[in-house]
Amino acid sequence: MTQTPDLTQVLSVLCPMHIVLNRTGHIVHAGPTAQKLHENDGLIGKRFLEVFILKRPRALESVDDLRKAAGMKLHLQMRAHPETELKGVLVPAPTGDQLIVNLSFGISVVDAVGDFSLNSSDFAPTDLTIEMLYLVEAKSAAMEASRKMNLRLQGAKIAAEEQAYTDTLTGLKNRRAMDHFLARYIDADQEFAVMQIDLDFFKAVNDTKGHAAGDHVLQVVSRIMVEETRETDTVARVGGDEFFILLPQTSSQKDLSGIGRRIIRKLEVPIMYHGEACKISASIGSAFYAPGCGLTAEQLVHNADTALYSSKKAGRARQTFYSPSHGSNVAQMPAPGRQTDGQPLPETGT
Amino acid sequence: MHGLINRAIQCFVTDSYGPDKWADAARWAELGLVDFEAMLVYDDDLTHRAIDAMCHVLKRTRSDIMEDIGTYLVSHPNTEALRRLLRFGGVSFVEFLHSLDDLPDRARLAVSDLELPSLEVRDHSSMQFSLVCDSPIEGFGHVMMGILRTMADDYGVLAVLEHQGGGQGVETISISLVMTEFTEGRSFDLGARVE
Repeated sequence: MTQTPDLTQVLSVLCPMHIVLNRTGHIVHAGPTAQKLHENDGLIGKRFLEVFILKRPRALESVDDLRKAAGMKLHLQMRAHPETELKGVLVPAPTGDQLIVNLSFGISVVDAVGDFSLNSSDFAPTDLTIEMLYLVEAKSAAMEASRKMNLRLQGAKIAAEEQAYTDTLTGLKNRRAMDHFLARYIDADQEFAVMQIDLDFFKAVNDTKGHAAGDHVLQVVSRIMVEETRETDTVARVGGDEFFILLPQTSSQKDLSGIGRRIIRKLEVPIMYHGEACKISASIGSAFYAPGCGLTAEQLVHNADTALYSSKKAGRARQTFYSPSHGSNVAQMPAPGRQTDGQPLPETGT
Repeated sequence: MHGLINRAIQCFVTDSYGPDKWADAARWAELGLVDFEAMLVYDDDLTHRAIDAMCHVLKRTRSDIMEDIGTYLVSHPNTEALRRLLRFGGVSFVEFLHSLDDLPDRARLAVSDLELPSLEVRDHSSMQFSLVCDSPIEGFGHVMMGILRTMADDYGVLAVLEHQGGGQGVETISISLVMTEFTEGRSFDLGARVE
């Protein structure tokens, strides 16, 4: 024993968190890292089971009990603050009747390094603790980067949804799309027509038969409008029961009358929902845009709106073409070949 | 190139010169994007173009900028997590140097598709080392110069570094330690995680 290091010196290098107990279960030696667990008043001289609660295996009260647990995995907890949980294993010392307990922080190491101000040299060079701490930090940093990306993607998704051009209930274009097309047509300064369509009695369907019935009606109505228009036309749902149809290269009141009449007739066929008939109709206000007329999108929509109002006032279920005599101060150029008698021209459905 | 590398370039410009400069560089490089996502992988060409654009916009040489990126990576508050991860490599600067061999593997443990340039540390004596960097990014050796210089300060070591040039993607840096306990260095508290 003169030249060779003694057992505790060996243990301090190989397992710096070891504790040596004497025959009575008192701590007689602690490795350098184990000492850090109780820096204030030290571990030496204390009874092992006074410092640590043995959580598993349970009901071990004496040194003799401990001796029987040799080689088993021990779940321990410090009685003193911060009540750190520890893993341990106990073996009888090779000589004498001492016991050696080696401790480890297990999963609580992340908190323990802070609680006990531990550094790399407190762990055996072969201990994977530092690698584990490294991984915890690296993974946290990577997760944080992923989380930020998810937040950005979520934000982008919401923005994309807001910017989408489709009405999700009916699959028609929405108001944003309608505005977009309208602006494009006016920029191109070519003839086209707009039909503003309000459903009549739709509110009654919603109120008496419920929103599901209302939604169903809107879907059927949308299908009818798409069927009755050309592929080049744009059908948009711009409000609860308000629709807009843009019809490029359309200047004939006769053509538009035919489309309006067919839409109204088809809409008036009762729509069945769970055995109940939903009866609606539609009022339409139409207006034309002629090349060079100088109308803005807003003015054109206003014209259609004025005509729609006339339809409603005249008893609904009809189409009216805008004419300046509607009392609006918005000028509208007559479309080529269009009858201009200055009077609303009601087109009754059926 | 992994988004983390591209993002590092972007953050360097943004944190050091402002977001407008980065927007200029992204435009000049015709990246087709303004923000790199850290967790996506991009075509290598984008990285090369981003670096060229950065030199052009900031009007500085590639080696200067690359070294500044290295310094930025381990000294800016926004990249404190990276400094900590490197400090996990060892308790002394020499241990840290030796840990660089494992750096690409360590990085892959955390982010499996992150491929860092391969690094090899050679010991010539207890005070004399060289670092061989093999990277598709031209001038990556200068990034390592910035990192090593700052980490030497971090460990409180006085070291003399010299970029010895290279070719075909391989660059060599010579590292001479003058004093291993020159200053106290910056503290490294295992328990102080970056929030």
